[in-house]
Amino acid sequence: MTMNSNNGKQDKPVITAKIDGFFLVFYNIAVFLGRFFREAFRPPVEWGEFVRQCYQVGYKSLALVTVTGFITGVVFTEQSRPTLSEFGVTAWLPSLVAIAVVRALAPLIAALICAGKVGSSIGAELGSMKVTEQIDAMEVSAINPFRYLVVTRVTAMTICLPLLMFYNALIGCLGSYIDVHAHEQTSLVSFFDNAFAQITFLDYTTALTKAILYGFTIGIVSCYQGWNASQGTMGVGKAANVSVIVSMFLIFIEEVIIVHVFNSIR
Amino acid sequence: MKENNHQVDRNTTVIKIRELYKSFGEKHVLQGIDLDLYKGENVVVLGRSGTGKSVLIKIIIGLLKQDAGTVNVLGEDVDQLKDADLRALRLKVGFSFQSSALYDSMTVGENLAFPLQRNNRSFTKDQIRKTVDIVLEAIGLPDTINQLPSELSGGQKKRIGIGRTLILRPEIMLYDEPTAGLDPITSMELNKLIIAVKERFNTSSIIITHDLTCAKEVGDRVAVMDEGKFIQTGTFDEVFNEKTGLIKSFYDYNFIQ
Repeated sequence: MTMNSNNGKQDKPVITAKIDGFFLVFYNIAVFLGRFFREAFRPPVEWGEFVRQCYQVGYKSLALVTVTGFITGVVFTEQSRPTLSEFGVTAWLPSLVAIAVVRALAPLIAALICAGKVGSSIGAELGSMKVTEQIDAMEVSAINPFRYLVVTRVTAMTICLPLLMFYNALIGCLGSYIDVHAHEQTSLVSFFDNAFAQITFLDYTTALTKAILYGFTIGIVSCYQGWNASQGTMGVGKAANVSVIVSMFLIFIEEVIIVHVFNSIR
Repeated sequence: MKENNHQVDRNTTVIKIRELYKSFGEKHVLQGIDLDLYKGENVVVLGRSGTGKSVLIKIIIGLLKQDAGTVNVLGEDVDQLKDADLRALRLKVGFSFQSSALYDSMTVGENLAFPLQRNNRSFTKDQIRKTVDIVLEAIGLPDTINQLPSELSGGQKKRIGIGRTLILRPEIMLYDEPTAGLDPITSMELNKLIIAVKERFNTSSIIITHDLTCAKEVGDRVAVMDEGKFIQTGTFDEVFNEKTGLIKSFYDYNFIQ
């Protein structure tokens, strides 16, 4: 007879049930992350599902990213003009907008949009699959559901968010150009020459690092919430909701840390 | 004994369970289960809701781990297997869920093809399509291939769920409440399908149910579970010959219904 535990008797809490539960969450997240890295580098790669997820994350977010990027560019330009014109330096508008967009706004906006749109959808989809036993059905069909569902989604998020971020930055600058052109009659070439003259390699690196990290965070958080959903439809709603809240919270924490680290290098 | 009982090979045990215990917190669900499933045999596990019947087959397939005891399936101790070995074993064991657990974003054809595509990557599209057609024909639903699960009735979903497990040609089938929530006529059709699966695909099965008609129709042997233990095992007639206690309640309730 194999004895795996104390015959089902419940262990007493080490500290209190609540504190134990708090640490258990961290333990479970660490196990989840560990499993992700273990599975991500093992063949076979689920290319079909990965491409489908890239389409869901990237292509289907394009419209929203375009609109928000454009509005951000226009509004930021409009808001900055009065202050700059007080000092007679409206010529700085292109570079000011470009620095703001590339360094801070584009990564954040793209990430927040993806956390809201894609993160909630991943949380709800996986949560729904979990509570309706579809994930168990994959397990019993000798399919690795973690690799098929989690690895593909997290990888797609991590790869697509940087692309969306650069696209968002470009559209933001274009929005700014249209506003600047309407007021200061600047040409497109002159605007973009001025805009990107002040952007350094480190700025691009910072933005790219942020976007990769935010994408990974949204993917992991949403998949973790969906994967561990319980309590039927209520659990599905909770998984979607918590995915967004936790992702956004972590994105802001990461923003502070990354800015601090890269500013110390600068 | 059932008509098809001649197929049972009592010298070959495909599932051997000894001293199986499982608890969830303070709730002791399984309390020392012993069970042998012979090749070609259909064993029906009968019991009230919440007595641990589904937990038993989820332990057999490795979805849950036991607290104590051994579960040996086709010569392998399930809880000792590594992930890759467990997956290899699962190719030989089909599991039909109570809720059918069909992938709701896929059509019926895609649901059936999915396990095959993932486990036999060398299969061509034509081979997969052909296998799907054979299984759909075997479960009597050849016209549903392009339908979504949301467009199917409860009975059809159960059949497709069974079909999805059959596509991998398992040696053992585990059915979790196959007739739950179905009308008597659809239940009867499901019972016939379970018998047909055994005959056509040469499977051995454990059928979890609380439906006595199902037990009588499909079971070569019946095991009645109460409070985490088998209180009686034998053929349907042997078990229900002496109708006392829980068995009497079961019998009376089912046949009054």
